[in-house]
Amino acid sequence: MNKILFFGQLKERLGCANTQVELPYPSSVAQVKAKLQQRGGLWLQLLEQGTVLSAVNQTMASDDYVINTGDEIAFFPPVTGG
Amino acid sequence: MISVQQKDFNVGDEYHALIQDARSEGAVVTFVGLVRDVNQGNSVKELTLEHYPGMTEKSLKSIVQQAKQRWDLGKVRVIHRVGQLALSDQIVFVGVTSRHREVAFEACQFIMDYLKNQAPFWKKESTEQGDKWVDFNDKDQQAMLRWQE
Repeated sequence: MNKILFFGQLKERLGCANTQVELPYPSSVAQVKAKLQQRGGLWLQLLEQGTVLSAVNQTMASDDYVINTGDEIAFFPPVTGG
Repeated sequence: MISVQQKDFNVGDEYHALIQDARSEGAVVTFVGLVRDVNQGNSVKELTLEHYPGMTEKSLKSIVQQAKQRWDLGKVRVIHRVGQLALSDQIVFVGVTSRHREVAFEACQFIMDYLKNQAPFWKKESTEQGDKWVDFNDKDQQAMLRWQE
């Protein structure tokens, strides 16, 4: 089981700050996104590959990064601090 | 030292902390970012800064570490505010000391350029036309990429 967090506009539009998914291991970040996209509607549209950034255990991660059990995964739009 | 906080900061206090015990450091460069009245064509009334607690501190630490590996620095201080901010409020502080000015200027810019691209903060502006999430600026990405050339 993995905890998934959402931030910024993505969180607001999905109406979801966090969720949990059951993943087969090994799974890549891209596979996690694909699994969430199966929920359809905005999930499908907003998690389109390449439009959101991903982090695993609070470090930026690319689509091919491999997830382990218990890893914290997060998806969010490009950052706009400073 | 890194701080992510709601409360405001005092540049004078931060400056004095940076120069305290300075012996061989002959240069101090500080940067402060403020809430601007017009952004991306919208008239801004207020700003809300959201962040990813935990990752924010981790990414800022990593950026400071990269700067310290690249240059011989004295002290580095980064403060980033979160929550609701009003027009002309202070958002971010970066302070760097080093032996000579060139390094202090460069390291301060490097930290801001990486912060803008990698630290997980998101700005939402309250404007006359309603609330609007700030779009990522390509110019900020170009500013970071120049350090990788």
